[in-house]
Amino acid sequence: MTINWKSVVAAAAVSVAATGALSVASTDAFAQGKTLRVVMHSDLKILDPIWTTAYIVRNHGYMIYDTLFATDANGEIKPQMVDKYEVSSDQLTHTMTLRDGLLWHDGKPVTSEDCVASIKRWAAKDAMGQKMMSFVDAISSPDAKTIVIKLKSPTGLVLAGLGKPSSNVPFMMPKRVADTDPNTQISEFIGSGPFVFKQDEWKPGDKTVYVKFDKYKPRSEPASSLAGGKVVNVDRVEWRAISDQQQAANALLAGEIDIIEAPTHDLLPLLKADKNIALYDWNPLGNQYTMRINSTQKPFDNPKIRQALWYAFNQKDFLDATIGNPDYYKECKPMFICGTPLATDKGLEDKLSSNFNKARELLKEGGYDGTPIVLLHSTDLAVLTNLAPVAKSLMEKAGFKVDMQSMDWQTVVARRVKKDPANAGGWHAMLTSWVSADILNPVAAAFFNASCDKAPFGWPCDEAMEKLRDDYARETDPARQKEIAAAVQVRASEITTHINLGQWYQPGAHRPNVSGWLKAPAPVFWNITLK
Amino acid sequence: MIAYVLRRLVATIPVMLVVAVFVFLMLRLSPADPAAIIAGDSATTEQVAQIRSRLGLDQPIATQFVIWFGKLAQGDLGESFFFKKSIVDLISERFEPTLSLAFVTILIAVIVAVPLGVLAAYKQGSWIDRLVMGFSVLGFSVPVFVVGYLLIYLFAIQLGWLPVQGYQRIAQGVGGWLERLILPALTLSVIYIALVARMTRTSVLEVLSEDYIRTARAKGQIELKVLFRHALKNAAVPIVTVVGLGVALLIGGVVVTESVYTIPGLGRLTVDAVLARDYPVIQAIILLFSFIYVLINLLVDLTYTLFDPRIRY
Repeated sequence: MTINWKSVVAAAAVSVAATGALSVASTDAFAQGKTLRVVMHSDLKILDPIWTTAYIVRNHGYMIYDTLFATDANGEIKPQMVDKYEVSSDQLTHTMTLRDGLLWHDGKPVTSEDCVASIKRWAAKDAMGQKMMSFVDAISSPDAKTIVIKLKSPTGLVLAGLGKPSSNVPFMMPKRVADTDPNTQISEFIGSGPFVFKQDEWKPGDKTVYVKFDKYKPRSEPASSLAGGKVVNVDRVEWRAISDQQQAANALLAGEIDIIEAPTHDLLPLLKADKNIALYDWNPLGNQYTMRINSTQKPFDNPKIRQALWYAFNQKDFLDATIGNPDYYKECKPMFICGTPLATDKGLEDKLSSNFNKARELLKEGGYDGTPIVLLHSTDLAVLTNLAPVAKSLMEKAGFKVDMQSMDWQTVVARRVKKDPANAGGWHAMLTSWVSADILNPVAAAFFNASCDKAPFGWPCDEAMEKLRDDYARETDPARQKEIAAAVQVRASEITTHINLGQWYQPGAHRPNVSGWLKAPAPVFWNITLK
Repeated sequence: MIAYVLRRLVATIPVMLVVAVFVFLMLRLSPADPAAIIAGDSATTEQVAQIRSRLGLDQPIATQFVIWFGKLAQGDLGESFFFKKSIVDLISERFEPTLSLAFVTILIAVIVAVPLGVLAAYKQGSWIDRLVMGFSVLGFSVPVFVVGYLLIYLFAIQLGWLPVQGYQRIAQGVGGWLERLILPALTLSVIYIALVARMTRTSVLEVLSEDYIRTARAKGQIELKVLFRHALKNAAVPIVTVVGLGVALLIGGVVVTESVYTIPGLGRLTVDAVLARDYPVIQAIILLFSFIYVLINLLVDLTYTLFDPRIRY
């Protein structure tokens, strides 16, 4: 075979020209209306926000679903899908009337029957919902727009639960969807929220697409955190899955995306230095680092030895090692988040100051025999990686023997639910982080649950704590709620279900063409305008 | 030939069976539990147990294997624990980006490396040879992510010529497809250029001293024709082997590049599935990779006949 080099060269030239032309054509095809391109903290893989508490799924929920009530920027719970809300004088009957014109994404009207089914599914799964239901006698829908909740005894949990800002959020779904077993994932994703989920364009590992719901009827009030008028000013929102943080920052710098929800703290100086990028603290409540202790394992089955941890630790060491820049962290002793109504120092005044002598004293009193403490160390999540080595160092200074075991986060997640002995696949302590909105009161904050086997991993068992949490659930007077919350904190400092290791903040980053990003416990994309 | 191909294809079955059993056992021995990952932070032990039961993970390992293998024998790869999607759909969505990346990478590698290797062999011992071999050593030594970030910094951030990340399907336009593939393919091709250039140089050097090369020169053939038509053709068998294996390795191992450039291919799917302990997906991908490996080996063997007519199957 003889190669005709002239033909090859000609063909190559034609290909290059065609490629250039196609490139222009494809770029044009890509330009679509006002598309907000966002990199979220994680890729969306599960779509049922009731079935899982994962924050990315909660965020997806806020895109497509609406809520009966919502928390505003002052932390107050305001009606959202609800128009009128009445409570009977004996506080036993809560009546809610839905707003006019609420529609599901398939065009059908939202009915109270849909909402009743949604409340029941949420309450079956969510810890606060379960508590709320222990007060509920019946939930009914006397007509298409009215929801009636009858209680056995008064509780403040109806409003607090239905207006709950973070996982699990009581999102409203059509009855046929909400009737799904709460332990089975839903398979239809129709909400009445401001965005429509484009399931046909959902490519896990690539992108998740939402378009504006043209028939959404926002409230007339201005938007305020998760409450108020959810006015959508863009045609489309694309969540792009960029797993590499440096690449997400590069893409933002190059203008290929508009927002990064949670850039890692080591990249913040790089982004801050660019005049085209603004950092924005969209969640002013921030997050809280927490050590969870397994109360069922020796020697942590002894409260005195658990208590020694309060004296061994100080928050600054943890915050310096993980966040580094004091602009993005705050030492904060209150377990119910500094700057919120239930925050108090009670019970913690002398703790979290690395008083090693006191810690050693407690270890001695508790008869600590040098059993190695199995500390789970997550190595692959930047915001958690440095926590365990700091804990190990402080614990050793206090006299503990520590066996820090390193593994990826998913292995930690699997390991921490194991009740096996710590030296045979179980564990003693692990470190994690909570979004502050999830831990604002003793009923919502899962780690205060001390109902033994029914409590989340760590399984603390304490009747006094459970009694206090029940008291809190029954109480409707905010002043009295505050007193009970303080008592809960004091009890937590005695029995040590978990230890709060400081508050930290996660700013987002955006390009200058983005304005109107709301401050809220979850990232929301209504109210945003693209220039 | 057809009998040979069929024989080779049938021979893949026991190989894949062994791989399947091995992968199944390895995954079940890993400490993480998909049910706990799915259940989330505030789940109780009961909730995790419920999920485990629904996924069939509470069954004895032997039972789980029989169920999985029974479905596999019927061509059913199952459904992803996490994505709740058919694994066949999941993999087919991811196949195009990975295949595209492998194809463009190898194309760049062959176009650049083969002439370089031939040139280095022809100018053996000269500065050109030393330069090519020096580049080759460098290509092997610098990690993929370093090359990737350097190229991104230069061509995407500083010069703004090419996009930082992302993938565009070929159906949406060849231009956009190629535009987004150039940087990742260049990044990956550095290693393969080094590999193919070295292999080409060695193979061409071996044949340059053969009698038929001397004969071709004596017949007055121009040097370019001697090198590319006579020397390269006879040196092609080991080069084809390296290129073939390169394609197989690229399809199975572009994890870093796909992550750096945000290409939704099989590499990223593998990482996601491993992190989530999405057993059915991991098993299916590894089986697929094994099959591709065997298939490409077969194709490489068949290609030998094109370059060396003495080889017959």
